[in-house]
Amino acid sequence: MSIDVKVEYRGTDGVITLGGQLDASAAPAFKSAIEDVFNGPEKVGRLVILMQDLEYMASAGLRALVFAKQKAGAGVPIVLVAPQEGVLETIEMTGFHHSVIIEETYA
Amino acid sequence: MSSEIPGLEPDAVNPAVTEAVPKKASKGKKAAETAPVAEAAPAKKKAAPRKKKVDAAPEPTPEPAQEAAPAAPAARERVQLEPAVPDYSNVDSRIDFYPTHEYLGYRIRAGKPLPFGATLVPNGVNFSVYSAHATACTLVIFDKGDPTPKVEIPFPHEFKIGNVFSMLVFDLDPETLEYGYRMDGPWDPAQGHRFDPSKILCDPYARVISGRDVWGQKPDWDNIYPHRSRLSFDDFDWEDDKQLETPSEDLIVYEMHVRGFTRHGSSGVKFPGTFVGIREKLPYLKKLGVNAIELMPIFEFDEFEHSHTDPETGEIDHLNYWGYSTLGFFAPKAGYAATGKRGMQVDELKALIKACHKMGIEVILDVVFNHTAEGNEQGPTLSLKGLDNQTYYMLTPEGYYFNFSGTGNTINCNHPVVRNMVLDCLRYWVSEYHIDGFRFDLAAILGRAQDGSPLANPPLLESLAHDPILARTKLIAEAWDAGGLYQVGSFPAYGRWGEWNGKFRDTIRKFLKGEAGEVGEMAMRIQGSPDLYSSRGPTASINFITAHDGFTLYDSVSYNEKHNLANGENNNDGANDNNSWNCGAEGETDDPWINALRQRQVKNALAMMLTSQGIPMILMGDEIGRTQHGNNNTYCHDNDLNWMDWGLVEKNKDLLQFVQHVAAFRHRHPVLRNRWHLSGRDYVGSGYPDISFHGERAWSPDWSSESRTLAFMLCGKHARGGTVQDDYIYVAMNMHWEDHAFELPYLAQGLQWHVFANTGAEVTSVEPGDEIWLKDQRTFWMGSRSVAILVGKAPR
Repeated sequence: MSIDVKVEYRGTDGVITLGGQLDASAAPAFKSAIEDVFNGPEKVGRLVILMQDLEYMASAGLRALVFAKQKAGAGVPIVLVAPQEGVLETIEMTGFHHSVIIEETYA
Repeated sequence: MSSEIPGLEPDAVNPAVTEAVPKKASKGKKAAETAPVAEAAPAKKKAAPRKKKVDAAPEPTPEPAQEAAPAAPAARERVQLEPAVPDYSNVDSRIDFYPTHEYLGYRIRAGKPLPFGATLVPNGVNFSVYSAHATACTLVIFDKGDPTPKVEIPFPHEFKIGNVFSMLVFDLDPETLEYGYRMDGPWDPAQGHRFDPSKILCDPYARVISGRDVWGQKPDWDNIYPHRSRLSFDDFDWEDDKQLETPSEDLIVYEMHVRGFTRHGSSGVKFPGTFVGIREKLPYLKKLGVNAIELMPIFEFDEFEHSHTDPETGEIDHLNYWGYSTLGFFAPKAGYAATGKRGMQVDELKALIKACHKMGIEVILDVVFNHTAEGNEQGPTLSLKGLDNQTYYMLTPEGYYFNFSGTGNTINCNHPVVRNMVLDCLRYWVSEYHIDGFRFDLAAILGRAQDGSPLANPPLLESLAHDPILARTKLIAEAWDAGGLYQVGSFPAYGRWGEWNGKFRDTIRKFLKGEAGEVGEMAMRIQGSPDLYSSRGPTASINFITAHDGFTLYDSVSYNEKHNLANGENNNDGANDNNSWNCGAEGETDDPWINALRQRQVKNALAMMLTSQGIPMILMGDEIGRTQHGNNNTYCHDNDLNWMDWGLVEKNKDLLQFVQHVAAFRHRHPVLRNRWHLSGRDYVGSGYPDISFHGERAWSPDWSSESRTLAFMLCGKHARGGTVQDDYIYVAMNMHWEDHAFELPYLAQGLQWHVFANTGAEVTSVEPGDEIWLKDQRTFWMGSRSVAILVGKAPR
C-alpha cells in the first residue's frame, strides 16, 4: 500500500495530487498535505485535489476528505478532479459529493 | 487523529502542568502492580461448578507470569511525549490529556465513566463499560481483522468507579482499531451470573460492529471474536439537514426491508440490496405518495444466526433475513451498506437519511429492544450475557430466561441501567442520524417489570414519552408481545405513543372478504378507532392491513391458507388467523375473473385504508401486488419470496397508478387527516356533521349483522376542526357479492358530486382534481365488492 502526495499552488488554487491507495496507513500523509496547503503563505481560494491516479479510497481516506472540508471552511470550495470510478462511487455512496465539486478535468 | 505536526510543548505559562506530567507519569509503576493482581485474586473465588469447560484459571492477559512485585523500573520510564505522535496544537495542554500509567508500552490513564462506549478524545480513546457483578475487566484490542489480539490491557483497580470500568488509552489508530472486553466474575447461573473470561465481548455501546461486513459472506466460524466493536466518527456533513417533523396526521408510511427493496435483479439499481440502493429508488417512493419509510431492523444483526448449511451442497439457507435479533443497538448493519466492506456504513446510512429528508420523506426505524441475539442458556455469549447477565435479562427465580419475546430471552428493560441504555441508544439515533421516529417491536414487553409482570406505570415508556431529545420523534408501539400481553388501545401511551392498530387490520380484512357483522366495527376503524384512542386522537392509530408479519395484500386475496413449508417447520409456524380469502382459487390462477377480482380487492383495501382517519401504513410492494406465494412468515428467506420484483411495476401498472392517485388524494384533502376524532356533530354551522354514515339510503346506514354495505361522508367545512376549507368527500363501500344502489346525500347549494375513484369501473381512478362530474346526483350504482370515492365540490 503506498500513496503519492504532491502539494503545489497554481494561482490561488492549493493543489494536491494523489496517486496510489488512500487507506488508513496513507491517510496521515494526505492530512498533513491538507494542512500544508492551508498553512502555506498563500491565501487559498480553492482546494483542488487531482485524483486521476488514485486507485482506491478506504474509510480513512473519506475521513481525511471530511477533515479537508472542515479545514477549508465554508468559503473555500473543494474540487475533486477526475476521480476514478471506484473512488467516485465511494464518495457518492457516502453522500460526500454534496460537500464538494466534482469535475472531469482541471481548469 | 495523528498527524505529522510535532506536538507543542506544554503550556509553560502554567508551571503546574509542566511539573505534573512527569510526576503523574512515574506512577506507572502502580499500574503494573495492581492491574494483573486485581483480576487474579477473585478468579479463585469462582462460584459453583461450571456447566461448560472453561480453563480453570483463564489467563486473559497474554503475558508471562504476573507477580505482584513491581517490574524493573526501567520498563516504565517517565512518559516521553515524542513529537511523532499526537498533535496537541488544538488542545489545551491540560493534565487530563496526558497518560499517567503505562502497560506493555501502551500509555493509559483513568478514563471518564460517561459516556459509555468508546469515545474519541484528544490523543486517545476513552473506553467505558458497565458491569454490576464483574470482578475484573480487560480491554482486548485487535488490529482490524487480525485473528488474535494485539494487546489485552486489564483495567487497573483504581480505574473503576462504582460499577463502571473506564480507561483512556493513548495513541491508538481509530481507523484500524477493533476492541472488546473480557469480564471476570462468578459463573453461577442459578444466581443469574454467567461470566466467562474466555469470551471476548462486544461493547453494547459499539457504534460500528465489524464481522458481517458483506451480507451473506460466509463467516469464519473459528473466529475467537466474530462481532467486533469499532469506533465511528461524528463528522458527517449534514449541511442544513434536520428531522422533518411532519405532523403525524399527514404521514403515509411505507414499511420496507432494506435488502428486499432493491435486491431483485429487476430493480436496476447499481448496488442492489443496500442503503444506497434505496436512495436510487426515492423518486419511486415520492411518486407513490409515501412520506415516511419504516425500515425493518437495521441495527447490526447476524444473518447467519440459526442458518442451516446443506451438507450436500454447502449452501447456506434459512438466514436471519428480517433481522429481529440485535447484536448491537448503536451500530448500523454493515451488510446493508454497499460500503460495508470498507467500514463506511455509517456514512452511507446518513447519506440515505439526508437524501430522504431532501425529498420530504421521514425515516422511521423498527427497533428491537425486547430481546437480543444471545438466545437462552443454549445461546451464544456475545455481549450482554457475559457483561452482566443478571442486569440485562429478565430471569426466572431459578436463573433461566423469561421468554416473552418468543425468541429465547427478554431484555430487562425496566432495570434502571438497561432503561438508560435504551434511552441513550434512541437519543443517539435521533441526534447523530437524524432519525424521525421509531417503531418498537413487541413493545408490550417494554411495559413489563423485572419479574415479567405488566406495570401500570412503566418507567421506560414514560421516560421515552417525555424525553427532551426524542420530543418530536414519532413513537410507535407494536402493542403486544409473545407472552400474551395484548395492549392495543390500552398501551401505556402517556398521550405520546401511537400503536400498530391490529384491530384495524382485522376489521378491514373481515369486511373486505364479505364477513357479516363488521359494519359497526368498520365505522369505528374509519374514524381512527375512537373506541380505542378516545383520549389520544386518530394519530395514535397506525392503520395497516398488512405488514412484514403475515400475508402480503395480494396474498391475502389469493390464499385461504398459509403456505409456509419453505420455512422448514411443516407449515406450523406463522399466524393462522389471517382473515384472508382467495377469491375462488388457492394461489396463482389463469382465471381472468378471479384475477380481476383480486386486483379489485387490493384496490378496495387500499382505498379504505387511505380514506380512514389515522396514519396509514403500506407494506412494501403491496402497491404493485407483491406476492410471497402464500407464505405468511418469510423471516428466513433471502430470495424471491422477499425480494420485491420490480417487473410488477409494469405488470400491475394500473394498480400502482390507483395507489398513487389515492395517496395523492389523501395528501390533497385535509378532511381525511384530522388530528382529533370526528364528533358526528355539526359544530361549524355547515348543516352537516363532520362525519355522517349512509348506506343504500342516505343518512340511514344498514347496521344489521347481515349488512355488507356502508358509506360515509366527511364535511369539508369541518376539515381539521373547522380551521381549513375542504371539499365534501363521500366514500361508498359495497363488500357484498351483489350490486347495490347507494342514495347520495344532498349537497349544499352550488356543490355537485364528482367521481374520483370507483374500483368497480373500467377506469378506477383519475388524477386528484380531475374528478368526473356525476350526471345522476341522486343514486350511485355500486358493483359487487367495490369501493367508490366521490368529491362534492362546485362543478367547473
